Amino acid sequence: MKHLKLTAGALALGTILAGPALAQTELTMWYHGAGNEVESNIINQIVADFNASQSDWSVSLESFPQGAYNDSVVAAALAGNLPDILDVDGPVMPNWAWAGYMQPLPIDESLIADFLPGPKGYWDGELYSIGLWDAAVALVTRQSTLDALGLRTPSLDNPWTGDEFMAALDAAKASGDFEFAFDPGMAWTGEWYPYAFSPFLQSFGGDIVDRSTYMTAEGALNGDAAMAFGEWWQSLFADGYSPGTSQDPADRDNGFVEGKYAFSWNGNWAALGALNAHDDTLFLPAPDFGNGPKIGAASWQFGVSGTSEYPEGAAAFIEFALQDQYLADFSNGIGLIPATAAAAQMTENYADGGPMAVFFDLTEAQALVRPVTPGYVVAAKVFEKALADIANGADVADTLDAAVDEIDNDIEANGGYGHM
Amino acid sequence: MATVTGDNHRLRLAVRYAVLTLIAIIFIFPLVFMVMSSLKPDQQLLADTGSLRAFLPVGDLSFDNYRDAFKRAPVGLFVFNSMLVTGVTVVLSLLICSLAAFSFVFLNWTGKGIVLSIILATLIVPFETIAIPLLLIASKLPWIGFDGLTFGWLNSYRVQIVPFIADGLTIYLFVQYLKDLPGELIEASRVEGATWLQIYRRVVMPLSGPVLATAAILKFLVMYNQYLWPLIVVQQESYRPVMVGLQYFFQLNIAWGEVMAYLSLITIPVLTFYLVLQRAFIASIASTGVKG
Repeated sequence: MKHLKLTAGALALGTILAGPALAQTELTMWYHGAGNEVESNIINQIVADFNASQSDWSVSLESFPQGAYNDSVVAAALAGNLPDILDVDGPVMPNWAWAGYMQPLPIDESLIADFLPGPKGYWDGELYSIGLWDAAVALVTRQSTLDALGLRTPSLDNPWTGDEFMAALDAAKASGDFEFAFDPGMAWTGEWYPYAFSPFLQSFGGDIVDRSTYMTAEGALNGDAAMAFGEWWQSLFADGYSPGTSQDPADRDNGFVEGKYAFSWNGNWAALGALNAHDDTLFLPAPDFGNGPKIGAASWQFGVSGTSEYPEGAAAFIEFALQDQYLADFSNGIGLIPATAAAAQMTENYADGGPMAVFFDLTEAQALVRPVTPGYVVAAKVFEKALADIANGADVADTLDAAVDEIDNDIEANGGYGHM
Repeated sequence: MATVTGDNHRLRLAVRYAVLTLIAIIFIFPLVFMVMSSLKPDQQLLADTGSLRAFLPVGDLSFDNYRDAFKRAPVGLFVFNSMLVTGVTVVLSLLICSLAAFSFVFLNWTGKGIVLSIILATLIVPFETIAIPLLLIASKLPWIGFDGLTFGWLNSYRVQIVPFIADGLTIYLFVQYLKDLPGELIEASRVEGATWLQIYRRVVMPLSGPVLATAAILKFLVMYNQYLWPLIVVQQESYRPVMVGLQYFFQLNIAWGEVMAYLSLITIPVLTFYLVLQRAFIASIASTGVKG
């Protein structure tokens, strides 16, 4: 009898203890960080904290390697197998929202009032995704290089003009101290091209597509400003300022550190390596080619899949993840720019006076998101090919005209991507 | 005179060996580069790529990249998954395709010429063109397992195996080989009262070693190198194969030493399989050459 009572008591206690866990509705979540131990640890910690913090939802995480992530999501969408919570690269989000892979994100938007603009994923007037971080690009050089070449140090308030930038490249080239004056990073193919190089085009006054309608690239990618950009871009390679598309990836990774390049166009993720190699490393703002200095914005963001039956649960997790502490954890772990100034102050690198604080300021001052349209995923590839062709000597006008035709045909084939 | 002939013979032999050695070096150098690079730190690996040092065990050598590769990804799980999927597919493929070929070559049934033509026509259809329709079918297929009747084969081993058991190339290889077996053997067996299955099992298969080896190696390579299909049908890490696993190593800053260590590890099963079957594989190619 005593054993029976003990067993019954244990069962009752077990039921009570297990109660919240059993009541939790499971949410599935996909994340692109497989293979990155630090990133995986952070996202796993957030999931564990969220699951322990409440009794309604339990998030189950599946990580994918980044290179396989987008294809996996698209395939899963076709097969009707999407999870509840997705992460999505910022410029891709409009395409997934338009295709129905994602639904509007029902979070309290007052929570993101202080966020940098890049991490906020708006499409068609609604918030679909939100990121915990942003990424930024800067013109990387060394103070000793500027001093040796007799160049002024540009600032956010007073960046180099296009002419000053080219004068700096001329000085670096003439010095004979470098293999190339400027490394734009041609070895990094794919999204790097539109992310890193379209801001130059935008600074000239052009763009990948016409943002006023998103219905054409005519005029934006082949107008006078785009032509000027194209001629300038080609001159970088034709006149020997920059390594071309055959650049050795190893040189892209290490060329600046090894002193092969005077200036390198590179992201905040590579900044610590440069600082460790040369403590006089500088991160300069983008040059102004006439229409203001620009850099790219928007990185990976969280959203709710279009097929999730529990958008409120997914939103609860995402709201939970927006805590400054987690923003700071990601920043400290993998070097990303925290999405809020408060979180930046909690980090080692982006707090005031920190070695990479300048990137937060750059993002705040110069960042421009890539064209917010579902057609971006195609336009970006067309843009990448056009820039590679121009770098390899193709006729600028013909190449840009052909790119415009290809982008316009795609927009037309997809019924305007919902921009009608 | 005899000396001149002997010298010529030695010269020809030397030239032949020199050419063969050169070809062997060309083929083996990528493997040597991969293994040597897997033992070097990234900085040295990248610095060595421009010189012969890339192929030599020089500098700061260690197994650190292997240790780090295992930390970055569940390498053992990926290799196990690939070996399981590949092994089961190869065995089933040899069985099913050889039976199909046996039927095409030795049995008389209406329309077999047309059916064989249709099967051979599939050789010109790239897998990429049927991947999406196949995905849609696989996502709805029924299955009876421990959970009872379920629908959808995604995230399983079977979805990586079943679509690849039968294929035109393997059937074609068997058909070509079986066509050249002496017809008298089959006729004698029939006269002795053997059933078709007995002939298949006791007469034809024992004579089919070379084509079995060839088909097995080709199928092994195709299956072990699968990337697109598992990428779109497997979302759970527990079922991922080695080629999708390779993506774990391509982060923003690529650790090339770990990439080479991972590639060295996943190449071991392929090399082992080839070495085990190479004699039969070469015999198959040689006999094909004679017939051709």
